Amino acid sequence: MREFGYQRVFDVPGAVARLGADPDARYLGGGTNLVDLMKAGVERPALLIDVRELPLDGIETTDDGGLRIGATVTNSDLAAHPEVRRRYPALAQAVLAGASGQLRNMATVGGNLLQRTRCGYFADLAKPCNKRVPGSGCPAIEGEHHNHAILGASEHCVAIHPSDMGVALAAFDAVISYETADGPGELPLAEFYLPVGDTPHLETALPSGALITGVTLPPTPVAAVSRYRKVRERASYAFAIGSIAAALDVQDGVVREVRLALGAVASRPWRAQEAERVLTGGPASADAFAAAADAELAAAKTLPHNGYKVTLMRNLVVAMLTELTEEAAR
Amino acid sequence: MTTTTGTTAVTGAVGAAHTRLEGRDKVTGAARYAGEIPFAELAHGWLVLSTIARGRVRSVESAPVLAMPGVLTVLHHGNAPRVDGSYAGMLGRPDPIVEVFQHDRVPYVGWPVALVVAETSEQAREAAEALVVQYDEEPHDIAFFADRPGTYTPENSPAAQAETEKGDIEAELAASAVVVDAAYTTPEEHHSSLEPHAATARWDSGRLDVVDSNQGSMWVADELAKLFSLDPASVRVRSEHVGGAFGSKGVRPHQILAVMATTVLHRPVRVVLTRRQMFSLVGYRSPTAQRVRLGADTDGRLRAFDHQAQSLTSTVHEFIERSADMGRVMYDADAHHTVNRVVPLDVPTPTWMRAPGEAPGSFALESALDELAEKIGMDPIALRARNEPDAGPVSGLPFSSRNVLACFQEGARRFGWADRDPRPGTRREGRWLLGTGTAAATYSSGVVPSTAAVTAETDGTFTVRITAADVGTGARTALALIAADALEVEPGRIRIQIADSDFGPAMIAGGSMGTRSWGWAIMAAARELREQLVLGGDIPPQGITARSDTGAAVSALAKKERHSFGAQFAEVAVDVTSGEVRVRRMLGIFAAGRIVNPLTARSQFIGGMTWGLSMALHEEAIRDQASGGHVGADFAGYHFAANADVPLIEADWVDDPDADDPVGIKGIGEIGIVGAAAAIANAVWHATGVRHRDLPIRPDRVLLAGTRPAGERDA
Amino acid sequence: MALSTSSAITLNINGEKHTLPVDHRTTLLDALREHLDLTGTKKGCDQGQCGACTVLIDGRRAVSCLQLAIASEGRVITTIEGVADGERLHPVQQAFLDLDGYQCGYCTPGQICSAIAMIEEHAAGWPSAATADVRPEAGAPPLTADEIRERMSGNLCRCGAYVSIVQAVAQAAEAEAAQTPTTARQFSGPSGPGDLAHPAGTTDAEMTA
Repeated sequence: MREFGYQRVFDVPGAVARLGADPDARYLGGGTNLVDLMKAGVERPALLIDVRELPLDGIETTDDGGLRIGATVTNSDLAAHPEVRRRYPALAQAVLAGASGQLRNMATVGGNLLQRTRCGYFADLAKPCNKRVPGSGCPAIEGEHHNHAILGASEHCVAIHPSDMGVALAAFDAVISYETADGPGELPLAEFYLPVGDTPHLETALPSGALITGVTLPPTPVAAVSRYRKVRERASYAFAIGSIAAALDVQDGVVREVRLALGAVASRPWRAQEAERVLTGGPASADAFAAAADAELAAAKTLPHNGYKVTLMRNLVVAMLTELTEEAAR
Repeated sequence: MTTTTGTTAVTGAVGAAHTRLEGRDKVTGAARYAGEIPFAELAHGWLVLSTIARGRVRSVESAPVLAMPGVLTVLHHGNAPRVDGSYAGMLGRPDPIVEVFQHDRVPYVGWPVALVVAETSEQAREAAEALVVQYDEEPHDIAFFADRPGTYTPENSPAAQAETEKGDIEAELAASAVVVDAAYTTPEEHHSSLEPHAATARWDSGRLDVVDSNQGSMWVADELAKLFSLDPASVRVRSEHVGGAFGSKGVRPHQILAVMATTVLHRPVRVVLTRRQMFSLVGYRSPTAQRVRLGADTDGRLRAFDHQAQSLTSTVHEFIERSADMGRVMYDADAHHTVNRVVPLDVPTPTWMRAPGEAPGSFALESALDELAEKIGMDPIALRARNEPDAGPVSGLPFSSRNVLACFQEGARRFGWADRDPRPGTRREGRWLLGTGTAAATYSSGVVPSTAAVTAETDGTFTVRITAADVGTGARTALALIAADALEVEPGRIRIQIADSDFGPAMIAGGSMGTRSWGWAIMAAARELREQLVLGGDIPPQGITARSDTGAAVSALAKKERHSFGAQFAEVAVDVTSGEVRVRRMLGIFAAGRIVNPLTARSQFIGGMTWGLSMALHEEAIRDQASGGHVGADFAGYHFAANADVPLIEADWVDDPDADDPVGIKGIGEIGIVGAAAAIANAVWHATGVRHRDLPIRPDRVLLAGTRPAGERDA
Repeated sequence: MALSTSSAITLNINGEKHTLPVDHRTTLLDALREHLDLTGTKKGCDQGQCGACTVLIDGRRAVSCLQLAIASEGRVITTIEGVADGERLHPVQQAFLDLDGYQCGYCTPGQICSAIAMIEEHAAGWPSAATADVRPEAGAPPLTADEIRERMSGNLCRCGAYVSIVQAVAQAAEAEAAQTPTTARQFSGPSGPGDLAHPAGTTDAEMTA
């Protein structure tokens, strides 16, 4: 790990000004991913700007009945918050499904959105990786990829985004707020993560030097009946091999509104828009759920060892929507 | 004062539950492990490992690194002190990894190529990461699969037969009414002790003093003396607390490099392995490819028994994972064949890992038994009862005791086995299919000559000194209880000192032989001391010490089949739509001789069973063919069971007296894992109707395999 | 201007102030172990994947291997050396000792610190991934064996002592709950080994007294 300077900041303009355009500087939140990557040699900042003392640790109801979550709110506080649990239960469940009690106490909302892939090649300096060293190659495609992307990947990178929280945020149309030296800005989550294409090292649409200040969830009544489910290779304290956040409003057997987002299938939390389109206005039946899953997964491109994810995600969509239909009927 | 033993006739320490002697130190953080003893002027070493799988080191570009802050030296093959690895140690010829920095050849990814020593660990780490090493790379081959070219059958030796054979296997298979012929695989598995390997070395008044984390301080001291051509008396190795070992904590590069560095720098040097480095430096369990062929009559009697196992080793040392050994003890047949084959590849040398041989071997064998029971339509416990041998199936020797059926009987009763519907796929609870399974367990009960000293002190206490190691087994406490009973005094009067090579030769903590070997030596020394004390008289200030050496007694032990046995039971829930498998409960009943401390023994059995669960469902190290190295060599990539994976597991034991054994202790470190993975795999079959013959039983495998309705059988 | 890469900092650990110079790269874990001789906090993986280095920061459990020492200034830090009341062990420590909630002992300080904070988290009504209904209207989840297992999953134990760890945590939580009967917490924990003679029984039923 390279030697680095450290500065704690107490206000947002000060933080943004301090980081400036320094490409060797990083904001330090909970550190659960950044410090780990610094130890691995993947990140080698010369300066850390510690943003944990910024006044961004609140969760407030917005005027229109949505929720605004500060960027330095810890995962623990997010998952424990009564309004999150009441109005967006899938978000609380998603956060609780991630990492461990210790890491959730440290990790922040802003950092969670920016966490890097857990692809084993990315974190190993001895191996090529287009995300880490553009143009060096993607050994996962020919090598170990059983937990790699089936949607939205490219021949340059098949890594997945590891966040659980992000999957629920994707389902609920979250909007990311940020601050730059030129002033504030916003990005819907759908536009926050860049397509992989031939630039897998460019991950988000955040302007250079921008600091995430918060996440806003619009009022989403359908989210009150929502769930998150995560499948992993250990019962806890493991990254997903497939996950799903879903919300469903069924009236008289007809799908009025549905939200579906899939995790561990792409370089970003994957909003299943095609499945939502197929479902909306149609019957809430197992056949319809399966058809919707198939419509979404028609675009899936599999590698020799991750084809199971298509089956897994199809099954999760059907099971989840069936459960939510039953819950709505109660 | 006059000290006597036995006047108050206090006995019965053995067999009663006692909390660990070092327990308070462990729960308060006061217990210091190897990397935690402070030394003035301590320097920190950081290893640099090869990034190629085969070739030569062309250059180690030390100069820029030596100019970095705090860097004291960079050791590599061009400047390191010489060592001589051409010796046989306590466990035979060493893995040539002990000849670290002695040549420029690189036999695998993760071979040590340099050690950077600096004033602080942060400085050492950064300098090690900055060190440029140039290689001449050669093509490598790490592909392991059944019957791959290069596989051979090792030479038979009296101590370890690679192959055993009697009768005509093919003829008996042809004559069998029912035949199972199935292939099984287990992956590369890692010990993953929570405490990384750590050693601090220094020269102290002409003696080499090493504070280490190991399974046998005398073992390590002896090999360090041989490597560095030192007088054995001038080497002292201590290892008071050990944060898990499981077979990985022997002589490894960190001790050798700490000794080299302290010799060069004339100040104490500590070398601690990182978690990632441990994946290539401390050994591991080889992957296995196994084939089991069983032929039986319709009543279950075995006519043919064939277990062929294949493992891998490095190109520099032959280590055999003896997966086919279990059948030499468990099952007889008219024709009987077992063989352990091996193939050398460009990978690190594997080593002993908890229940070496039996852990992967029992998965294949006890799964195959279950498949045979299914095919015959016989209860799996009844099938095993039908094939109980009267004597060692290969050796013909009598069993010292064999209570495996008592284990099954007690286990079946407590588990509720009689209520089981043998048909697969019949129980469901929501999205979960439920199933139960069972398997047999066995592990050999060996003993190795050891020495001990017991001193009667003037204050009425007794000091026991023995080069034992407590790697979490509870050995320290168990040995104190054994000493108390042998001296017929309260355990509170025993002071025990272990894990110091100055105490003399003794068995290591390994092979389920530690407590049995050490306990014997302590009993012998205590007996000798009591005889001396019976003579009466004052205790001099230095106390009265009796010493023992069990060499003669051990070699006089009658030749018999000496083993622990057990019966494993598991219940699983399987969601075939997600591939998730959850173990709901496990029960293990063991016949393992005399149980010294029921509290810690139960923990050890359950710990072994937890390993079995972990092996069944989680553990798998992945190697990348292109680089020859691991992908995800950390605890996010290499999963072992977390708390949420582990249900209520119960372990208990049946009486297992062994009339002609002077100690009666059989050792319990390994047997808990044996058969546990098979019991779980058999339960997964019972839940789903599908056999899973490849470990771990991962979600993707379960998902793709799905279910098979009752009545349909595997081809 | 060259940035300073080290600083003199003051850490508040177990109620004592320690002033020390640190390399900014030094983690809280290494500061404790290598600079302050507080070696009770263990280094198992040094990358947030095992929990052996768990300490309490401002009363909450955290992994000290991913926490920079310099970022720990101004926080209240409690390590395993600071959880007992003088000679009297913390109830969680005592339960680990009595019920053999460990083997090699290396993960133990982290397990104990984690359990102490976890019991508080539960008492505060936090749900977990094992909680069937996370909505506040559902009330605080009882601290079942499955809840303990999930909440303690950030602390790996390679010896395989989870069964007795769960029993120890349950016993300690029960003791603490008994001391504060007015809280809303409900508790159902194990009272010892269950009866395994009921194949259909769930683990929770077996673990519940």
